[in-house]
Amino acid sequence: MTQNSSFTSLHNWLINEEFTSTRQARLHKMYVAWLSLLANPLAFTGFLVVLSLIVVAILAPAITSYDPYSQDLSRALQPLSWQHWFGTDEFGRDVYTRLVYGARTTLYISILVTIIVAPIGFLIGATAGYLGGWVDIVLMRITDIFLSFPSLVLALAFSASLGPGIENAVIAIALTVWPPIARLARAETLTFRNADFVVAAELQGAGMIRILVRHIVPLCAPSVVVRLTLNMSSIILTAAGLGFLGLGAQPPMPEWGAMAASGRQYLLDAWWLTTIPGVAILTVSLAFNLLGDGLRDILDPRNA
Amino acid sequence: MSMITVEHLAVSYGSGDTLSRVVQDVSFEVARGEAFGLVGESGCGKSTVLGALAGRNKQWTGSIVIDGETIGQKRSKSQLAKQQMVFQDPFGSIHPRHTIGRTLLEPLEIHGKDRRQERVEKALSDVGLPQNFRYRFPHQLSGGQRQRVAIARALILEPSILLLDEPTSALDVSIQAEILNLLKDLRERETLTYILVSHDLAVVAHLCDRVAVMQDGGFVEIADKRQLTEDKVTHPYTRTLVDGSRGYVHHNLRADADHALSSLEQPPVRLTS
Amino acid sequence: MHKISDPILTVENMSVEFPTLSGVVTAVRNVSFTVGREKVGIIGESGSGKSTTGRAVMRLQPPQAIVKANRMQFEDVDLLTATEDQMLSVRGRRIAMILQDPKYSLNPVMTVGEQISETVILHEKVSRKEARARTISMLERVKIRDPQRVFDLYPHEVSGGMGQRIMISMMLIASPSLIIADEPTSALDVTVRQQVLSILDELVVERNIGLIFVSHDLNLVRSFCDRVIIMYAGRIVETIAAADLDNAQHPYTRGLLNALPSLDHPRDRLEVLRRDPKWLEN
Repeated sequence: MTQNSSFTSLHNWLINEEFTSTRQARLHKMYVAWLSLLANPLAFTGFLVVLSLIVVAILAPAITSYDPYSQDLSRALQPLSWQHWFGTDEFGRDVYTRLVYGARTTLYISILVTIIVAPIGFLIGATAGYLGGWVDIVLMRITDIFLSFPSLVLALAFSASLGPGIENAVIAIALTVWPPIARLARAETLTFRNADFVVAAELQGAGMIRILVRHIVPLCAPSVVVRLTLNMSSIILTAAGLGFLGLGAQPPMPEWGAMAASGRQYLLDAWWLTTIPGVAILTVSLAFNLLGDGLRDILDPRNA
Repeated sequence: MSMITVEHLAVSYGSGDTLSRVVQDVSFEVARGEAFGLVGESGCGKSTVLGALAGRNKQWTGSIVIDGETIGQKRSKSQLAKQQMVFQDPFGSIHPRHTIGRTLLEPLEIHGKDRRQERVEKALSDVGLPQNFRYRFPHQLSGGQRQRVAIARALILEPSILLLDEPTSALDVSIQAEILNLLKDLRERETLTYILVSHDLAVVAHLCDRVAVMQDGGFVEIADKRQLTEDKVTHPYTRTLVDGSRGYVHHNLRADADHALSSLEQPPVRLTS
Repeated sequence: MHKISDPILTVENMSVEFPTLSGVVTAVRNVSFTVGREKVGIIGESGSGKSTTGRAVMRLQPPQAIVKANRMQFEDVDLLTATEDQMLSVRGRRIAMILQDPKYSLNPVMTVGEQISETVILHEKVSRKEARARTISMLERVKIRDPQRVFDLYPHEVSGGMGQRIMISMMLIASPSLIIADEPTSALDVTVRQQVLSILDELVVERNIGLIFVSHDLNLVRSFCDRVIIMYAGRIVETIAAADLDNAQHPYTRGLLNALPSLDHPRDRLEVLRRDPKWLEN
């Protein structure tokens, strides 16, 4: 009973709008966002799946009993069983273990791409929107050039020229993902460029950097975050595509796309080699999409 | 001693084909501690004059002297701190994602002022807001409270001049009265100089000592408070505004309505800035 | 001033409630008034319920709103029990509404003349040519110079005052007996306001119809209307003839009057309205 009432009193404190400190104000915002997420079942499902992905990736050694790299040709291409939950591949490696370790690769690529793309895309777009004039024209034409290539083709081209390898795949994918972020940042910046609160800051002597970072970023952040989350699925798919084609993660590193590719030749006899990683890619992409949709509802200032 | 001297100010927007001169040629002087009003209908250029004085509109010609210093298109931080603006829309002039405390701290950070917490506290109490409002977000405040925050922000850099752009137009009548009283008190207490822009002649006459009536980018008359309250204005356009501030004027419906329309009809296509 | 004969609109004890996440919000509470062949103003600040009242008469509130009343009678139509079909024939035809911004009420992709002609054809079922002639004469009626040229203009090419006059002309084609105007001149300049209101005034007098004028502008309403209804927090606090407003009894009304800056009564400080919670009791 005391447990219950301490939860309720915490809840009440967080819900209360009469703030007595900046910390309370911030916690309130986060808590309200959390409650909205809970209220949206699809988004919450997406969130749980993404969370599971992260947990699985972190706990990989703890939840698997095989080594993802050790081969045992005598046990090759075995179907699903109690010893091998998802069967074994052509080298006798446990598919489940490789799937779990592959989650790490997927996360690594997605997060790295996002970390690179978000600040660069935002900076280019927001600067173009804020300064206008020829800066805007030049930056946007560069963005258009990158945008006009189909992303997989562009990623392939960069990957092929940079050489195989996971870091090069990250760079190649990042180069295809930043343009929409830049456009979005520019559009949002233009919306707020002449708002009274921005003008007020300028009239008080605020420089461009302060305005972009302190004023524009908090307003752009929701759309950019939503866009990035929705992009995750295409990042994963592009990475999988690159892996499928032999670029990106190199064997013997477990990566879902590469696993699906190498399983193709055994599709009729050992369907689990391609299908299982394929389902994993599908599930995670879908989860990010659902999460992104839910975030849009939560973070969109128009809904506030 | 003149606080503000403006001579032959002309302000335009756009360039080339889209060039439009919104303020033609205005000259006026405002003494230290005086409240000067700018009144006119939409598109007359009153807000643009204010914008040029604030440093918001940079496309102007003529001369502006503020507190003895000649002002150019680019201003230094200390020059910007001399005059601060209060905007019309209480919903748009404060960043929606910043707490009130953050909004008030920012100008202090930009200018590297000391004793920041103290100054924020003073600003809030000067405008009659409780201290715990620092942690609130703008959407939790009413229109009148937001406008008080806007005034607090304008005052926190201790300017000598407040530029007020229709500060009460978006507020209810009862809230307007509170804000007007507050502005009057602040001016007396801190010896501020005001330039107040409004379309509402009654508000302007209440707060200001002298009022410039604008039409199509120029002044038609500069009247003082007594002329307005005693109905001794000279220009016919000012007279129309004075009559209009009283509300609707019942005419002999047939003849007079026709006459009124023929003398005041605006051209059909009108671009307001 | 006209003799107020049979009331055109009778509202008795009307309430409008909105269910929200945190409970039921009562926007309008126990409101009663009548409108005859006269101009009645409804004055209030934001949140007073004045616009909701105007819309409830036309049954234009959002679907989740709950409207209750003892009686809501418009001429021969019982507004409480009328079906949506019946309301469709009443709205626009017998009760007309003018809103604040003509830009939002006019179709931006049709010329002004086309829109008015459509209204004419809808209500009178005449040929296009005939409709055009009627439109031109209506535009002249609202004192628009050069109606032939204005006929071919698009709404964004027309000034605010002219837009309102166009709205008035559209509205009056159908000969309504009651007009509900919700802040019709709030977005207009002082000089243009005078023109638009004088047209409205003339038409109301000429056709001997009723007008409800909803506004926050006390000065305007007291000078334009015959009677004034003052609303606060969803309730009517006072109903008084416009000419008698200086003798208003209710402290809220007096407070509003004293809070207004005035050229004719300059004061050093404006009286700040002190809201008495007793006003919320009923």
